[in-house]
Amino acid sequence: MKYLTFATTTLAATAAVTTLAVSSAQAETPVLTVYTYDSFTSDWGPGPVIEKAFEEVCGCDLNLVGLGDGAALLARLKLEGARTEADVVMGLDTSLIAAAKETGLFKETAVTAEYTLPVAWTDPVFAPYDWGYFAFVHNKDLTPPANFKALGESDLKIVIQDPRSSTPGLGLLMWVKAAYGAEAPAIWDGLADNVVTVTKGWSEAYGLFLEGEADMVLSYTTSPAYHLIAEEDDSKAAAAFDEGHYMQIEVAGVLSGTDQPELAEAFLNFMVSDVAQSILPTTNWMYPAVTPAAGLPAGFETLTIPAKALLTPSEEVPAIREEALAEWLKALSQ
Amino acid sequence: MAQGVVAINPVTISPKTGISAALMVLALILLALGAVLSRAEAGAGLGVADWAAIRFTVLQAACSSVLSVLLAVPVARALARRRFVGRAALVTLLGAPFILPVIVAVLGLLTVFGRSGWLNSGLEALGLPAVSIYGFHGVVLAHVFFNMPLATRLLLQGWQSIPAERFRLCAQLRLTPRAMFRAVELPMLAQIVPGALALVFVICLTSFAVALTLGGGPRATTIELAIYQAFRFDFDLGRAALLSVVQLALAGGVALFALRFVPVITMGGGLDRVMPRWDARADVQRVMDALVIGFAAGFLLVPLAAVILRGVMGLPAMPATVYLAAGTSIAVALSSIIVLLALALPMAGWIAGRKGGGLEAVGLLGLAASPLMIGTGWFIVINPYADPFDFALPVTVLVNAMMALPFALRILVPPMRDAVETFGRLSAMLGVRGWALWRILLLPRLRRQIGFAAGLTGALSMGDLGVIALFADPDRVTLPLQMVRLMGAYQMDAAAGAALVLLVLSLGVFWMCDKGGRGRAEA
Repeated sequence: MKYLTFATTTLAATAAVTTLAVSSAQAETPVLTVYTYDSFTSDWGPGPVIEKAFEEVCGCDLNLVGLGDGAALLARLKLEGARTEADVVMGLDTSLIAAAKETGLFKETAVTAEYTLPVAWTDPVFAPYDWGYFAFVHNKDLTPPANFKALGESDLKIVIQDPRSSTPGLGLLMWVKAAYGAEAPAIWDGLADNVVTVTKGWSEAYGLFLEGEADMVLSYTTSPAYHLIAEEDDSKAAAAFDEGHYMQIEVAGVLSGTDQPELAEAFLNFMVSDVAQSILPTTNWMYPAVTPAAGLPAGFETLTIPAKALLTPSEEVPAIREEALAEWLKALSQ
Repeated sequence: MAQGVVAINPVTISPKTGISAALMVLALILLALGAVLSRAEAGAGLGVADWAAIRFTVLQAACSSVLSVLLAVPVARALARRRFVGRAALVTLLGAPFILPVIVAVLGLLTVFGRSGWLNSGLEALGLPAVSIYGFHGVVLAHVFFNMPLATRLLLQGWQSIPAERFRLCAQLRLTPRAMFRAVELPMLAQIVPGALALVFVICLTSFAVALTLGGGPRATTIELAIYQAFRFDFDLGRAALLSVVQLALAGGVALFALRFVPVITMGGGLDRVMPRWDARADVQRVMDALVIGFAAGFLLVPLAAVILRGVMGLPAMPATVYLAAGTSIAVALSSIIVLLALALPMAGWIAGRKGGGLEAVGLLGLAASPLMIGTGWFIVINPYADPFDFALPVTVLVNAMMALPFALRILVPPMRDAVETFGRLSAMLGVRGWALWRILLLPRLRRQIGFAAGLTGALSMGDLGVIALFADPDRVTLPLQMVRLMGAYQMDAAAGAALVLLVLSLGVFWMCDKGGRGRAEA
């Protein structure tokens, strides 16, 4: 999902502060407000490029609003309720779809595409735009553990994200649950003393890892691609776990209260188009939902491909989440 | 502060405005509390994690206050009896953490004590295992960083209040240092230490920013942070409300009980005297004192130096949003000062004209009611009628002013009482009352204290990271929040630059207000 925030080189492009209010002179240009996660809108993330590309074709002003991490995004939407100014929410994932639908704030979409996702996509409300496998990322000089049990027994320090605010954090809950079921509490007991800290979002956690505060960080198998392609640094790797890796499919949806339904639909169509799908792999550092005509960028072939993929159907998530969250809180608050 | 004042003069300060100000504060808190209670799901009960948060909150506050005060004793003692170059500067510096933005200090502590910080680099070079700043010890470390200086100043005041003659007498009686400590210093400590412990304990109970940045997940979550999580992560207003009630009962109960012991906060006047001490002339004592002072100075100065060093290098990396946020923060801080003075002055006038000191309790509520509880409450109140996010900044201003209120009252009431006692009768005789009384008598008499209170409020507000975190959105960001976001996005250089800007702004607003108060008073 997220572009690695470390790129100092791109800081020069700071000028593009998109959140400034649109002046009244431009009032006749329709504004499409899209809520998304922080790392998407950052100057070094896909936001600026996507915005430029979409505005070229839409005759509108795309207002990307970054609000924390994915799960916090949903909480924010609940906070605002029907009053929200958002037209589109982008950055929820399969674990959050059921909870998002339950708010009743989303409407169905007609968007479809020749998805190259590892699963068939039939959801009528949300459109997927990229995906990846969760994984613990580490420096290559470290010999990674082969699974959660080995990780729990090791004295390696890890940084993870809070499942209540962050989609990778929630993904990890689902991962452990999918791999171990009723044994999950024991796994968390094992992991508890490895966890240096739990962060609000992915960016914080990855930042701590890069700062050297931990040996491993919960991220994606695609994260090393950033270091390899953007920084020409092949020192990072994703640990392959033999229980399999949990998948994340990131989705966008249109809010029923939107005053720009056509634009919102057009934006979703744009996100699955070849233009956007070619941008995402090297800015959001995830696999595209529709493989672009030009194929995957060079460097992606070096990435770890999990032998086994795990994914809980989205409608089963809420019940499992509640149980898993209680187990997680219990293990980690001891 | 009801300290057996014998004769109270005819009340000449009209209590009306004071009472209305107090009622406003009360209403602000009670409305929030009412809203919170109406939404608290009593049936839901507290989960394992909530109990863990309560346990952690109390435990870390207890540890922080005991450590802060224990460490402060030798430091205050050494400062009380030694004269050296830079002593005055060091005493001034002891006041700094009080007005230092928490998040700036956290960045400084991270730079020094983080896993790849200076300390661990040193430990690694020596082949020693690294220490982690996250979790319980990190939170306690940050709290000690903030409160050890505060405790030191309170204790130093205690030492300075011991008449020099007693030390002379002890010397004449040839008491051993140990006997002298028991005869003279221990009784003073017995008076001051409980108050210092109580104050630090209460401050740490409602800690949010430290736990937000250094807490390590469910294991190191304060109640305040748990409210934030329930609100922002789960949008579980019921649980946020329930936790708010717990927080109010805990912090409020402790504060109302404990703050009776808290000594008056002074501006540091008189802290420049050094006692001639005949009992501490041995070389061992000199070396010990030097070590203690050196350690304390290092503990305070090194993280600050780290912020400044890193900040200067980070200035060019700062995005434009930092300047926007800085503008917002300045506006919030100035508004907070105005609101604070509008509340505190009439209230102080009212309290000063009365015998009992119990009315100050209203002000203390500001400390006891957690900012996040008030924020949650007001969100619930506003939400049905308007977009609460439009009220993010006004609510922040109000909460900031209320946070500063207990301190401001402690600063303003004693001189107000003096002024009323000394000149109350004369004013009453001359028929000076109402606004004229304020203009001619009270405001000029209290100029220094008003300046100090305003400075304190401005600095607290400038660096506050509390209720704004609840209401945050990209358009309404204060500088501390922007800093957290930069740290979160791992823009550490830019964050360090922002930290430096925030540091300069906080100290700047304090210095200007304080100077304004002093300058004219002395002219």
